[in-house]
Amino acid sequence: MINNNTSTVNTKTSINDFVVKFANTNGTGSASANNMFAKAIMRMGIPVSAKNIFPSNIQGAPTWYEVRINEDEFLGRRGGQTEIIVAMNAQSFVADIKDVAPGGYLLFDSSKQIPEQLLRDDINYLGIPISAICLKEFQNPRQRQLFKNVIYVGALAALLDIEFGVLKTLVGDQFKGKEKLITPNVYALELGFQYATNHFSCPLNYRVERRDLIGNRIMVDGNTGSGLGAVYGGATVVGWYPITPSTSVVEKFASYCQRLRIDPATGKKNFAIVQAEDELAAIGMAIGAGWNGARSFTATSGPGISLMAEFLGLAYFAEIPVVLINIQRAGPSTGMPTRTQQSDVLACAYASHGDTKHVLLFPDSPAECFEHSALAFDLSDRLQTPVIIMSDLDLGMNDHLSAPFIWNDKQKYDLGKVLSIRELDNMESFGRYRDVDGDGICYRTLPGTHPNKGAFFTRGTSRNKDAVYSEKSADYVENMERLQRKFATAATLIPKAEISTGLQSTQIGLIYYGTTTQAISETKHLLQKQGIPVDSMRIKGFPFGSEVEKFIEQHEQVFVIEQNRDGQMKTLLSTELNIDPNRLASVLCFDGLSITANQISSDIIHVIEQQIPNQEVV
Amino acid sequence: MSFAKSKFKHKSLPVNDLGLTYRDYEGAISTLCAGCGHDSISSAIVHACAELSIEPHKIAKMSGIGCSSKAPNYFLNNSHGFNTVHGRMPSVTTGANLANKDLTYLAMSGDGDSASIGLGQFAHVVRRQLNMVYMVANNGVYGLTKGQLAATSDRGVKNKTGDISLFNDIDLCTMALQLGASFVARCFSGDKAQLIPIIKAAIAHQGFAFIDIISPCVTFNNHPGSTRSYDYVQEHVTTGAVTDFVPTKEEITAQTPEGEFEDICLHDGSLMRIHKLDKDYDTSNRLKAMTDVEEHKERGEILTGLLYLDPTASTFHELNDTADTPMNQVKQDLLCPGERVLGTINDSFR
Repeated sequence: MINNNTSTVNTKTSINDFVVKFANTNGTGSASANNMFAKAIMRMGIPVSAKNIFPSNIQGAPTWYEVRINEDEFLGRRGGQTEIIVAMNAQSFVADIKDVAPGGYLLFDSSKQIPEQLLRDDINYLGIPISAICLKEFQNPRQRQLFKNVIYVGALAALLDIEFGVLKTLVGDQFKGKEKLITPNVYALELGFQYATNHFSCPLNYRVERRDLIGNRIMVDGNTGSGLGAVYGGATVVGWYPITPSTSVVEKFASYCQRLRIDPATGKKNFAIVQAEDELAAIGMAIGAGWNGARSFTATSGPGISLMAEFLGLAYFAEIPVVLINIQRAGPSTGMPTRTQQSDVLACAYASHGDTKHVLLFPDSPAECFEHSALAFDLSDRLQTPVIIMSDLDLGMNDHLSAPFIWNDKQKYDLGKVLSIRELDNMESFGRYRDVDGDGICYRTLPGTHPNKGAFFTRGTSRNKDAVYSEKSADYVENMERLQRKFATAATLIPKAEISTGLQSTQIGLIYYGTTTQAISETKHLLQKQGIPVDSMRIKGFPFGSEVEKFIEQHEQVFVIEQNRDGQMKTLLSTELNIDPNRLASVLCFDGLSITANQISSDIIHVIEQQIPNQEVV
Repeated sequence: MSFAKSKFKHKSLPVNDLGLTYRDYEGAISTLCAGCGHDSISSAIVHACAELSIEPHKIAKMSGIGCSSKAPNYFLNNSHGFNTVHGRMPSVTTGANLANKDLTYLAMSGDGDSASIGLGQFAHVVRRQLNMVYMVANNGVYGLTKGQLAATSDRGVKNKTGDISLFNDIDLCTMALQLGASFVARCFSGDKAQLIPIIKAAIAHQGFAFIDIISPCVTFNNHPGSTRSYDYVQEHVTTGAVTDFVPTKEEITAQTPEGEFEDICLHDGSLMRIHKLDKDYDTSNRLKAMTDVEEHKERGEILTGLLYLDPTASTFHELNDTADTPMNQVKQDLLCPGERVLGTINDSFR
């Protein structure tokens, strides 16, 4: 039997640099307790990140919540074994014990004994009779279940030296308006705290110390940023179909609209949301609204993109503004619905048949989900084409430490080239697809604007400059070339790639995008330690700006880091910039979990060693 | 054959309240086959809109893909049109309507477009009670791909190449009734006296108005053995109720034939005057309408006329409680909550 005390295995001391993993059962209400733990660290001024690794299941299957605490701001998934595991799920117990790093800790519910054969002698055990405490202290069965989670958070506060006052304030904030819940939650925290204080040598060698490193940052998930960005960007019409991991984008949009978009005078809504019958209808609605001059969007994930492809082709060819927020997950087909990937890059860039190209944005943080979401409506209106935001499950559904959401009241919506009745009056003639300004972007009119000028037929079939059906080769070619010209204009309007060059000149460049960003600062640190300085470039959108090609030209060896099997961004770069694919090397992760700095740096070192076998990498 | 339409308007052409003649409501010259029933529908739409004095630019013409969906080119030149993708017109119209509820949405679809690839979208737009006129030009055959059987083809009929329809047909009227459409009618494109008032009433109706229009295909489905040919339809059509449409501003002087009639007040105050050719017919009984359609079909007849009308139905926007200003006209200051509010939202994430 395990002695309910810290074992004697030596543990090196680590302040503000370790990983805590919570192994729970899906549906047992652990999410809010785990989140409270992460947020408490943040409120102590210490950089922290949290990743929820959950099954495609409602109840009963194993789920993990991984919290990385790192005052050097290395907040990507660290990988490897874990210093502290809170093992609350019998199903995953064997695996969880194996996952503890030597010298690390396993906090478990000691109401039942652990079988001898599972024990390791190189880790420490922190047994707390959590179920027994709950049974004794709480009458309500639901409370007995829920407070198990709160008790282990209370115990961790004592073990890791988390300020108890911070936790109490968090409980108060969490249950604002439901004051009755505050007292029992604080009591449960105290139960855990007291038990740990009385039975273990607190704090452990792994512990936190207050810092002042957070500034004005917030902790929030990307889908909240996307939904709120759509509110600020002026979206009024949403057609959507629920699909993990994009569902909460529209749910957040709806909830902020309910708060912020009800006309105080009439109580009526300045928004319309329709849960469609499928993804085809969802984007159809968004396109219909875009055609009619409202800002509209849909949110989806990979399988939805496949279904929406035909409509995306229509919107591209008929030149209709529409925004699509794609929260990528592991494909192909149904793939792993609750695991992350960046594997829709090519499917989105070229969605639909024929020569079709779409504008993509790659946010890397909740703040950028907000920013890109609002910006996408301007870009889409300005360019009269679909704009697809390429978030992913990790960014969309996990809480991240992020810059705050920013909006400047001086920003005015760019509605693009839409002719008013007065402008039409002053025109001799109107032709929907005439390239008046030479930028490939034509002027459009909205239905109902003018009694006898500006009406035209929108169609997915070929037409001439005046929107009249035409199968003449010259008309078709001219139109397709103009669309290409418009795409070149798009490259000047989307956010520029973010380039970081070091003090030392280097021949090695890293290209990355989206959530891969989380691992980059740590990667550069690890490579620097090995004597490999690198420059880096974060791609923020497609089509690529001229700076992207320049960066590649300036570096002898370029690594493209992405989270898919086939190196989709590498393919896109090679194809679109006409670059020899051999100049680019892929660093890939496609196991459904976020890529780690350790993996990136070791892959890069491996490639370099193979290329210069006689030289040692120092 | 003409390749261009004359813009000449004779001085003696009657003008409507807007000072427009029916020619102001015409479209491009049709490229459909000579004698196509769809052209008769276009003509009926032109007359209906002209007689209702609707500003042409306040109408949006929506369609999917197919012969039927090409038809909006041939009416209402001063209206915006949108040829969407096959079977997906309902969702695009939904979005367009959500963006601007103040336009009149006239949608043209076909049997392939609505009863096959678009059956799902058809069903759901009915459920959502979108305020639109949804017309299906139903010829029971695929025209543009040259003569394949459609899902509305009656069981046992043959197409031009001799293929037999092995399966039961889909009746879009009974589907619309079952799904809660508040206006359902079936017409024959060759009977303008019936079609024009029905289209006018459908436009005046606030809610989802569905008209299934039997529209024979002269090229691929006008042969013996078809139940959608001109001859077959003319021989088997029967009418439950003939309707006159009386706009709100006009006196009720429509000639009333002998027999029962009933006036139904529409949302805008105009009247549907129902003449019951079948004295048992009841246009307010949705369940009976479904039964009547099926009973006539069993007798080999096609029941036409206004099948069902609920003038009190709500529209999507009423159900959604949408603001009075169309969504595409709401100004930024009402849409964007601004910096100060965002500051408070940021605080909630600390």
